[in-house]
Amino acid sequence: MRECHLSPSQLAQRIRLHAVRMTSKGRTSHVGSVLSCADILATLYGRVMTVRAVEPRWDGRDRFIMSKGHAGAGVYATLAELGFFPIERLEEHCQNGSVLCGHIAAHGVPGVEFSTGSLGHGLPVAAGMAYALKVRGSSSRTFVLLSDGELDEGSNWEAILFAAHHRLSGLCGIVDYNKIQSLATVADTLGLEPLAEKFRAFGWTVRECDGHDHAAIEVAMQSSSESGPVMVIAHTVKGRGVKFMEHSVLWHYRSPQGEELAAAIAELEAAGHA
Amino acid sequence: MRDAFVSELTALAERDPSIMLVTGDLGFGVLTDFAKRFPAQYLNAGVAEQNMAGLAAGLALEGRRVFTYSIANFPTLRCLEQIRNDICYHGLPVTVVSVGGGFAYGPLGFSHHATEDVAVMGALPGMRVMAPSDPAEARACTRFSGSAEGPSYLRLGRNGERKLHSDDCVRIREGNMLHVAGPESADTVLIGSCGALDLALEAVGLLEASGVSAAVWSSPFIMPFDRARVMQFASNSSLVVTVEEHSESGGLGSRCAQVIAASASRRAQHLAFGIPPVPQHYVGDQHFMRVQVGLTARRIHAMVTALSGVRGAHE
Repeated sequence: MRECHLSPSQLAQRIRLHAVRMTSKGRTSHVGSVLSCADILATLYGRVMTVRAVEPRWDGRDRFIMSKGHAGAGVYATLAELGFFPIERLEEHCQNGSVLCGHIAAHGVPGVEFSTGSLGHGLPVAAGMAYALKVRGSSSRTFVLLSDGELDEGSNWEAILFAAHHRLSGLCGIVDYNKIQSLATVADTLGLEPLAEKFRAFGWTVRECDGHDHAAIEVAMQSSSESGPVMVIAHTVKGRGVKFMEHSVLWHYRSPQGEELAAAIAELEAAGHA
Repeated sequence: MRDAFVSELTALAERDPSIMLVTGDLGFGVLTDFAKRFPAQYLNAGVAEQNMAGLAAGLALEGRRVFTYSIANFPTLRCLEQIRNDICYHGLPVTVVSVGGGFAYGPLGFSHHATEDVAVMGALPGMRVMAPSDPAEARACTRFSGSAEGPSYLRLGRNGERKLHSDDCVRIREGNMLHVAGPESADTVLIGSCGALDLALEAVGLLEASGVSAAVWSSPFIMPFDRARVMQFASNSSLVVTVEEHSESGGLGSRCAQVIAASASRRAQHLAFGIPPVPQHYVGDQHFMRVQVGLTARRIHAMVTALSGVRGAHE
C-alpha cells in the first residue's frame, strides 16, 4: 500500500524545501544532514515502506527508526507530506512548547516510531523490534537510518553482531554516507573504510548505491534472499540540492537566514521545475 | 533473593506469554531452567549491555514485557543513556534487574560494588525503583513489576539472604512502606532498604536491650517513595534512622531527608546510615565491607542511644 501520490523526486524536493524553511524558522542546525538524506526518506516512504497515514500504529506497517535524530526535520516533513499530520504543523518545529523537537521525538507526532537524538541508539532498538516481529511471524520490515559519524558509537556494533547472529532478515539499515561528521571528514576523524567489508564480515548483506538515485536506493532496499539483515550504504552529499551547502561542515550547524534562505529556496524551486 | 526472583518470574512467564527475559550473558545455572522452559521468552544478548537495553525497548515497543538481567553495575550504569532515552522516555514496560546490589559481590572489587545504582536509577524520569531486602520482598516486587505500567528498576541481593518476613511473599502496594517489627509508631523509627533491613532489625534488638523501644519499617520502594508515612514520622517521632547498603547520597537516606526537611510540623531528627561516597580500594565479603564503612548494628545502636541520652538530658 503506497500512501504517497508524489514521485520520490517530488517528495524529496518538498522535504528539502521544508527543511530549509524549518531550520531557518527554528534557527536550528543540521540542515545539511537533512538535505543529505532527503532522497533516502523520499524513496523509503514513497516507494518502499508500507504505512497508513490514517492509522499510524497499524500493526501491519513497516517500521522506520531515524537513528540520526538530528535530521528529524526531514522525517517530520516526509510524514506531513504523506498526510500523517497537517503540513502547517511543520511551522511549530523547534518553537516554544512544540513537540516537534529538534532531534526527532515520537510523543505527539503521528508516524514517528521512536525518539532519538543521542547517536547509536536506533539500531539496537530496531533490532529488538525486528526480533519481536520475526518471532511472531510478521512480514513487516524494520528500517533504520544511520549517519556515518554515528558508526563511531560502539553500541551499533553490538547490535550489528546481534542482528546477524539472529538472522534478522526483516531488518534493513541504511547508512547516509556523506563522508562528513561533526568537526571534519569521516576519513580524518575515525575512518570507516572498508565499510562494506566490515558489515559483510559481520554477516550482513551489503548493498551500495548512489544515495540520491531513487531507483538505485529502491533496488538496494529490497529484501534479501539470504536469511540475514541488509545494510544499504547510500553514498550521499551533505547539503545536497543547495550548492553553497554541499560538502560543507558549516551547514551541519548554520541555520539559513535572509538572503541565504532565499537563495536556497530559489535553487530548490528551480530544480523542481527543471 | 535471586532464586525468589527467578521462581516468581517463571510463574509470571507461564501466565503471560508477553513476558521476556533478556540476559547480558550472566546467570549461570540460575536462568538455565527458565531458558529451557520458555525458549520463546528468553534471549541472551551477549556481553553487550547497551544493545541489551536498546533491544529491550524495541521488544517492548512490539508488545513484550521485558526483564533485562545482569549483575552489579552492568545493566544500569553501562547502558544508562539507553535506559534513560530508549526505555524511560518512551515509558516502556521494561524492568531492569541487577543482581548483587551493594557489597553482595564484595570480594570481586570496586567494579562489582553496586553502590550508587539506586541513586542513579532514581534520578531517571518515570523510573520506579524497588530495592527489596529479603526473598519475600523480592518475590513481591517481581510480581508487581510483572504487571506494572512503565519502566522499573529491581535491585536484588544475591542469594541466601535471611528471611525477614514471616510470609514467603509479602503484600506490597506501590510506594508504600511495610511495618516489620516493634510498634507501628514510636519515638524512634528505623527504616531499612536496599538490602539492609536486617541491620535495622538487628539494631532494634540491641536497642530494646538498652531500654529503647523502636518501630522498624521496610521501604522496598525508593521511587515512588512513601512520603506520607515519613511525614507522620517527622511529626510524631523524635528520631528517624535510615539504614541502607547503598551510597549515603541519593538513596533511602536522601529521600527521607528531603521529606523530613519539607515537613512543616517537623519534630524528628534524621540519622542516615549508608555507604560513604568514596571509592573503596579493598575487598572483602559483604559483612566485612559493611563493617569497613561503618554499616553495623552496633554502630547504629551506639549512635541512637547516644542521641537518646542527649535528648533525655535536655528534657
